[in-house]
Amino acid sequence: MSLLITPEFSPVIPRRSFLARSGLLLTGTAVALLSGREALAAKSGKGAESDLRILNTALGAELEAIAAYQVGAESGLLQKPVLDLAVTFQGHHKQHAELLSTTIMKLGGHPVSAKDKYSFPVDTLKNQTDVLRFAASLEKGAVSAYLGAIPIFGNRDLAKAAGSILGDEAMHWAILRNAVGDTPVPEAFVS
Amino acid sequence: MHFRGPRQGAALAIVLALSGLAGADNGTQSTEMGAYARGALVYERCAACHALDTDRTGPRHCGLIGRRAGSVPGFAYSPAMRRSKMVWTEANLDRFLKSPVTTIPGTAMGYDGIKDDRERHDLIVYLREASREAKCQALLTNTGKPIK
Repeated sequence: MSLLITPEFSPVIPRRSFLARSGLLLTGTAVALLSGREALAAKSGKGAESDLRILNTALGAELEAIAAYQVGAESGLLQKPVLDLAVTFQGHHKQHAELLSTTIMKLGGHPVSAKDKYSFPVDTLKNQTDVLRFAASLEKGAVSAYLGAIPIFGNRDLAKAAGSILGDEAMHWAILRNAVGDTPVPEAFVS
Repeated sequence: MHFRGPRQGAALAIVLALSGLAGADNGTQSTEMGAYARGALVYERCAACHALDTDRTGPRHCGLIGRRAGSVPGFAYSPAMRRSKMVWTEANLDRFLKSPVTTIPGTAMGYDGIKDDRERHDLIVYLREASREAKCQALLTNTGKPIK
């Protein structure tokens, strides 16, 4: 397939900077979101239990997204700069997972671990476009999942953190759509 | 709403024909085809956690209608789901999809729900009919539970 990512949509993070950011270092925003909830550790009750379940489900989905991007990166189907883009997005999901995991522990919960094995439709991924469309479908689903979680968090700080992650994953979705030639932002609202 | 292209439409016609809907009058068939296509789009919202034929963060959906909640072998359900004794009739599924956390308190599906009645209807039509598609039939046949 042709390379559909035009230069203006190529990854804009210089390699050195990207490498520094792509690990599990939390961004300033994420750290601020987390530190604002230090006092939550002492809280308990039904609301906190429900929040922990939501956080752990989100963590499970983030860990799966990390694994999915790994499959894409190792597939040999992605060419640069698309490959770099995928690795960058995977790095974001790692940061989301790290934030969720740390928050769960601060709230007294036990974060879920990554599964030993994930089942992805690899037999349907034949080229770069297939991989990008699959990634876009996961990102779209993630946006919907966070959108559905935000209203039911008992703690509004957690809802705010989920909104921050939602925004990032919506950007992933839009860029992946653009990369395969779809309208990047098809509608005014997400659902 | 967006509707799928000709290829998806042809595939849908085959699915509906196999499921017996082709025998329905044109108005009913058209309505159900519309619901299926819209339901497929609603189902895209579930893609972070669910797939039809594989367990992911959430359990697979092939054969969902009529299945007992919390019963997919090997899937790690929440204790609340396992103990719910709910069977996924279309009515129960409609209630759950509208508000998962109040229908089964303690469910791991931390999701506010689909509040629009038509969207839930369309999603349920999609889940019902998708279970009749080849990949679901193959999976269910392998597990000894083909959908009739």
